[in-house]
Amino acid sequence: MNAGETRTRRRRGTRAASLAVAPLYAFALLFVVGPLVYMVILSFLRRAETWGVVRELTLENYAHILEPVYLKTFYESLKLASLTTLLVALLGYPFGYFMARLSRRWKQRVMLLLMIPFWTSSLIRLYGWIIVFRANGVLDRLLMALGVVQAPLKLLYTYTAVVAGMVYALVPFMIFSVYSSAEKLDWQLVEAARDLGATSFQAFLTISFRLTMPGLLSGVVLTFIPSMGLFFIADLLGGNKVVLVGNLIQEQLMKARNWPFAAALSVVLMILTSLMIGLYRRVSGVKDLEGLV
Amino acid sequence: MKKRSKIAGVYLGVMLALMYVPILLVIVYSFNGSRISSVWGGFSLKWYAELFRDRSYLEAMTNSLVLATLSSLCAAVIGTLAAVGMPKISWRSKNVIEYISTLPIMIPEIILGMVFLVYFTLMRLPLGMTTLVIAHTSFCIPYVYMLVKARLVGIDKSYAEAAKDLGAGEWNVFLDITLPLILPAITSGVLLSFAMSLDDVVISVFVTGVHTNTLPLKIYTQLKTGVTPKVNALSTLMFGATLLIVLLSMWFGKKTVQQTRRRKNHEESSDSYPGIGLVR
Repeated sequence: MNAGETRTRRRRGTRAASLAVAPLYAFALLFVVGPLVYMVILSFLRRAETWGVVRELTLENYAHILEPVYLKTFYESLKLASLTTLLVALLGYPFGYFMARLSRRWKQRVMLLLMIPFWTSSLIRLYGWIIVFRANGVLDRLLMALGVVQAPLKLLYTYTAVVAGMVYALVPFMIFSVYSSAEKLDWQLVEAARDLGATSFQAFLTISFRLTMPGLLSGVVLTFIPSMGLFFIADLLGGNKVVLVGNLIQEQLMKARNWPFAAALSVVLMILTSLMIGLYRRVSGVKDLEGLV
Repeated sequence: MKKRSKIAGVYLGVMLALMYVPILLVIVYSFNGSRISSVWGGFSLKWYAELFRDRSYLEAMTNSLVLATLSSLCAAVIGTLAAVGMPKISWRSKNVIEYISTLPIMIPEIILGMVFLVYFTLMRLPLGMTTLVIAHTSFCIPYVYMLVKARLVGIDKSYAEAAKDLGAGEWNVFLDITLPLILPAITSGVLLSFAMSLDDVVISVFVTGVHTNTLPLKIYTQLKTGVTPKVNALSTLMFGATLLIVLLSMWFGKKTVQQTRRRKNHEESSDSYPGIGLVR
């Protein structure tokens, strides 16, 4: 085979490859970049008196966000997201860690058991929680039968119900992240530490915990980001009592029809999200989120 | 040591049980003969019968299936072609595009839904099945792309080289060598996409038209306005479908892992299935 033939073949290969990636390029530019760019532009436009927007640049949508009512919504969202993430970490970390210590066969069984509810429609699972939480629902009757409480707790449409729903929806992300980190852990290091006289708690803290840190961090990101936007959980389990940034965006978009304001809210949420991911990358030095593939 | 592993086992068991409680409740109540869900009226299949008599549910079901099929197929074509082509091009833009195309699963769903709504309105695309398919394809592509990309890493390049030396063209190499090898990854990506599309509420709320209802949207409206026991029956059926899809995709995923592992010669053994953490 001579050099010319190789070159032709390579060029032809590149042409075929260009054709193969063309649809993704087109789709990404038209339906990902396009909408996102338009969102940013829209956030600087003025809302028309009746319908749509006026082609006139303004910062008033962002000024609008600084009003106490809306700042409070951001604060409440961040608070709820932090609380959710903390609980998810406390519940999910041990799960992922213990799971990684199981035998191979049990790992696969537990993974299958995790995947089934995880893939089940989030609405169906939410509906299940409504059945549990509603007044005189499963939880109330169980607690009253056990004599723990005298009157129904009526937990549905409370903050507690929203937190429970969020934790439930997001804990698998933490489990998968921690698991994929703990799975790679070299347990011999832990044994070595134990042999050298460390208590099992010391060994955990200095070795296992530190080495599973990337998984924990990526779990935190994977929990925190969605919990800012899961408006339907707050909607269905919290009634109108819990208003998150997500609910606000949805309301501005669908009911108030103030699209520029909704766009500005989204831009701010986007920036918060990117900051989280950027911070994660800085701290962990990893490019991809642990457990994403 | 024994005691500690027992504690771990109990913890895993309790957590898993808690995850199944809400689902099992919905399933149990779907067979409840009584209209009031807090009263047990004996075993009955009447809600299933009513469900299948209700045209609006059947329509939503058809819409959901059409939508999931179309968007997972679009994602399969775009994602697979790109995953195969990307390593062979040396454009500077390729990393950027790769990053951009995974954005739909990285940014909060509500933002994706909102940007699609305003963008489709700007482009004067009527909201309905078309806009739903575009939106769903956008978040399905990353699953297929990442799974196929991961699979390609495990494939020995010498197969393709040998075929080319024997005179096969680029297209034939793809069809006869690459495609069969990456088929399990594509299948598991498609199943994952299908499940994601079937489950989506947030994005669909924004981009659907007045006349196009999907099953999750139907359930969402019901949960907001007042539930009829038909929703229990519908949820149970959807759970059954999910179960089937998970098992199928696990099976294909396992095959991918096994093949990859065999080829890599146990160099890197991992028990994780591809695509596990990809799900929202």
